[in-house]
Amino acid sequence: MSDVLLPKNLHEVWKIFDKSSETLVYAGGTDLLVKLASSRVPHSTPNVLVCLENIEELRNIRETDGRVRIGACVTHSRLLSHPLIRDNFPVLPKALRLLGSPPVRNMGTLGGNICTASPAGDALPALYLLDAELEISSQKGSRFIPIGQFIKGPGYAELQSGEILIAIWLDKNNDYTIHHFEKVGQRNALAISIASMAALIKLSSEGIVEKIRLAWGSVAPTIALSSEVETVLIGKPLSQVVLNEARPLLNQAISPIDDIRAKAEYRRTVAANLLIRLSRYNGHDKV
Amino acid sequence: MLNGKEIVINAEPDQRVIDLLREDLGLTGAKEGCGAGECGACTILVDNESRLSCLMLAAQLEGKTITTIEGIAKEGEFHPLQEAFIEYGAVQCGFCTPGMILSAVDLLAKNPGPTREEIKEGMSGNLCRCTGYQKIVDSVEMAVSKMGKKGRQ
Ligand SMILES: Cc1cc2nc3c(=O)[nH]c(=O)nc-3n(C[C@H](O)[C@H](O)[C@H](O)COP(=O)(O)OP(=O)(O)OC[C@H]3O[C@@H](n4cnc5c(N)ncnc54)[C@H](O)[C@@H]3O)c2cc1C
Ligand code: FES
Ligand code: FES
Repeated sequence: MSDVLLPKNLHEVWKIFDKSSETLVYAGGTDLLVKLASSRVPHSTPNVLVCLENIEELRNIRETDGRVRIGACVTHSRLLSHPLIRDNFPVLPKALRLLGSPPVRNMGTLGGNICTASPAGDALPALYLLDAELEISSQKGSRFIPIGQFIKGPGYAELQSGEILIAIWLDKNNDYTIHHFEKVGQRNALAISIASMAALIKLSSEGIVEKIRLAWGSVAPTIALSSEVETVLIGKPLSQVVLNEARPLLNQAISPIDDIRAKAEYRRTVAANLLIRLSRYNGHDKV
Repeated sequence: MLNGKEIVINAEPDQRVIDLLREDLGLTGAKEGCGAGECGACTILVDNESRLSCLMLAAQLEGKTITTIEGIAKEGEFHPLQEAFIEYGAVQCGFCTPGMILSAVDLLAKNPGPTREEIKEGMSGNLCRCTGYQKIVDSVEMAVSKMGKKGRQ
């Protein structure tokens, strides 16, 4: 049996960490409690479960100096309805709309999606492209780390003991005119992705790619980036021919595996199709 | 607060809310289908938002307002959603029904005039093995139009 504590502020969290050695934190519990129920947790059952969902400071979204700070325990539902997110980072709600189901989005948090560090985490490709910076705190103080350095491998995030994720910081000034996310799963709702892609694109008035960034889910141990693909697309239109030519470069950038949901080869095909489907924006510079 | 009444619960802090409701409190409306967040049969409302009681621990309920299907009828009168589900045959075995209705309550609170597509999306976390969903979506649509009329009167 574990005790379950719900601290109201960070000070109380640090006190709990001081007193008990075997603690495990959670937010919405949509990853952790599923794992606990099937006892797939690395350690045995912890003595103390610390639920962070009542900590006000981790639950708000605010703007300071052109940056938006999202508390780690903000739920996906909350992000989906928040004007700061909708207006400045449309790629994020586009991804979150496809995450789980309404009750999973009411419970699940952005911080939980990051700390779970799944290659299929649907918020992650968007956060990589938005250059999300993570605020990690412990009793000793805070540090900031880009999301790409924080997530080390499947299920493995760089959190030291006594540390928790406090907030996700995003820069407001991005001038990408197309915010895109697409995921392919086995069905529409409640599907873990077989492959997914987030894209931020800026087209010139003639429909030529001025800037483009791509991030890929479920096709590598962590979110995959594909800078060679981006480079080759700059200065060209998003035509099927051009996108098709970039396929071999995409193949080099990803390293999918076989698992219960799909074979590696199939994931490669799906990823290539996701790339080619960007041709829908050919000549249309819209979100 | 549970279904409109202030209560004090004595429970193991790490007991799952679904077990607390069904076994200790005798509220058997919420069902356990999968125990892993995938079927929605265990849906309850916590502070008016749908949540899965199989993925919550008892300690998380402290200070919260909880509504289960048992608390949806008001003064002995069915909720319009309950009436519509009965009238349009959206209940067969009934296992999914409490979760379906609570998800619909949450949906309508956020979006009182959903389109058919929005209803499907709003109920997409609830699985039904019997009805094929058609009649469930029909019922929610009917309840929407009834509730809208009432609102306008
Ligand atoms: C039915 C179902 C469907 C799902 N579908 C999807 C999907 O389509 N796409 C997708 O990406 N995910 C999906 N998920 C997974 C999950 O809902 C998300 O990853 C969610 O964002 C996790 O957030 P949480 O707050 O519930 O995490 P929790 O379970 O609370 O925590 C997850 C992990 O992160 C750690 N953690 C959480 N918060 C912090 C913090 N602030 N500091 C330090 N560590 C922390 C916990 O210790 C734990 O290891 C699904 C889950 C279920 C049950
Ligand atoms: S029993 Fe909770 S979602 Fe299936
Ligand atoms: S009526 Fe039987 S599962 Fe829906």
